Amino acid sequence: MAIERVCVVGAGAIGSLYAGHLARVLDVTVLTRRREQAAALNEAGLQVSGKSDLRARLTASHEPHGIDDVDLAIVACKAVDLPQTAARLEGGFRRAAVMTVQNGLGAEEVVRRHGEWPLISAVTFMSGTRRSDTHVEYELDTATWMGPYMGGGPPYETVQELEGLLIEGGLEAEAMPDLRPAQWSKLIFNAAVNGVAALTDLPHVRAFAEEDEFADLGHLLRGLIDEGKAVAAAAGIELHDDPWEMNVRAVTHGETLRSDYAHIPSMLADVRGRRPTEVDYISGALAREGERLGVPTPLNTAMYRLIKAKESSWR
Amino acid sequence: MAMSVCVVGCGAIGSLFAAHLGRVDGVEVWAYELQREHVDAINAGGLRISGASELVGRVRATTDPEEIPSCQYGIVATKSMHTEAAIAATAGVFADGAVCSVQNGVGNEELLAGHVARVIRGTTFPAGHIVEPGHVEQDTGGKTWIGPFEPKPAAMDEVERLAAALSDGGMETVAMPDARGAQWTKLIFNAATNPVGALTRLPHGWACEREDIREVVRGLVAEGRAVADALGVELDSDPDELVDHATQVAHDHKASMLQDVEARRATEVDFLNGGISRFGREQGIATPLNDAMWALVKGLEHSWTRGEQR
Repeated sequence: MAIERVCVVGAGAIGSLYAGHLARVLDVTVLTRRREQAAALNEAGLQVSGKSDLRARLTASHEPHGIDDVDLAIVACKAVDLPQTAARLEGGFRRAAVMTVQNGLGAEEVVRRHGEWPLISAVTFMSGTRRSDTHVEYELDTATWMGPYMGGGPPYETVQELEGLLIEGGLEAEAMPDLRPAQWSKLIFNAAVNGVAALTDLPHVRAFAEEDEFADLGHLLRGLIDEGKAVAAAAGIELHDDPWEMNVRAVTHGETLRSDYAHIPSMLADVRGRRPTEVDYISGALAREGERLGVPTPLNTAMYRLIKAKESSWR
Repeated sequence: MAMSVCVVGCGAIGSLFAAHLGRVDGVEVWAYELQREHVDAINAGGLRISGASELVGRVRATTDPEEIPSCQYGIVATKSMHTEAAIAATAGVFADGAVCSVQNGVGNEELLAGHVARVIRGTTFPAGHIVEPGHVEQDTGGKTWIGPFEPKPAAMDEVERLAAALSDGGMETVAMPDARGAQWTKLIFNAATNPVGALTRLPHGWACEREDIREVVRGLVAEGRAVADALGVELDSDPDELVDHATQVAHDHKASMLQDVEARRATEVDFLNGGISRFGREQGIATPLNDAMWALVKGLEHSWTRGEQR
């Protein structure tokens, strides 16, 4: 299968980064939620600044009907918006593969309820900030990892072809025959880092890896990560990266090589913006998997409950 | 009888003790307090209590420990993170006296014992807030329990004399040989409910009527109870019942730790979850949830020091 036309579903920061870069190498259509954003993108194109500097021409629409003729759809909305977004796609994209890039676990299952598309599982480590409807700042130029969904994906060659296109467009990407080891590494990392950030109001700073004093946060991060590793082991998954080492790397190398930079995890950004968080797909998913597999996760469960209660405080 | 008492830290709780004692004949009451306006108002017009009690107590207040004569008793009522500095400044006043903590949590008596010879363990339930300098509103009544603190105990008759004076003044106080039961009951209740309020920003009832949060609170209580059991402390009531009772009677109450967090003040978490965690480690009892709350609240306090652009 040759990938020539792509539809990016969702024009937030992550969706815009895919759309802007892929538009350099193939035809890109963006499906937005709002009519005004589609009109603005058709009019002005999409600007990417920061780690890349480009202005892409692309077509945009807020209506899924009429964008049927694509080879690949990348669903890049936030996990909390996925059920609604996936429902809009039902009956469309008849010859396309569909890739999910949401944080946490369970996105593929949500999309599957709405169509029999071959699915590509993906996790992305890149990040950006939306400056306007037509401008995104590319911040962390880290990779997207992807592989055929185990419950029904395209041939691995299709994923490799996509890897090539993303790299050609200027993004970091890596295809893997089985994504689960990477997906679980990021799940466990996110459950610990996003959860602690959401409750302490701390960006991902050095304190997350400190273990000198008994009350240092590093002990809690390690406890959360150890629970996650036990669940992964019970699920038969051999992790791609050790989540504790991911945590230490992220706070010591400072990802952007700027010593004063501290990444604001998405769940902290959601808490500060008083938006619903993705905790159901992250800590909640880990706790549910633990329960299914008979592995206790008292710390992740407590974090999940505290964050759900915190969300209720601003309703 | 002639008795001299110095209240160390004359905020809301300290003021309740000072004013009630200050109306007992033969009791001379001093107050050491750093808040200058409160001190001046007390010296000018007495210390007024309204609400659950109505009275004006005779109290001599000062910001300078050198002005305070030698006293037979101390009652320490500062926030726990100020215990060390407050007793270091006033230890000379109690060279021949016994000093009683009526503070939250565990660990304060140990700090007092580092500076004075005879220590009394105390736990108090009344609560209040400062309305204006010299005037405290008492929000709730309730008992106070005091007893000798091992290993530097005050004599039991000394403890009983203080309890009698407090009860005479209108603060019902029970002297007992082992006062740990009340202290640990209140500790476990506070350590289970305060961090949950501080982290979720929910008032007590709003948090605890959620079954998921009630489960977290139950887990925190169970850990505290296990540590108390290992120490041989017999709780004087069931902390879980106190949690449910408070959901009924104090539904919209914001835990003091939540009030501290909203005002970006240091919290007492070191003496609450930190205390359970520390005693747990000494007894070989794992307290993972209390450890987690301790670290999260310390992390939250740390976030205020970053001066991050928001």
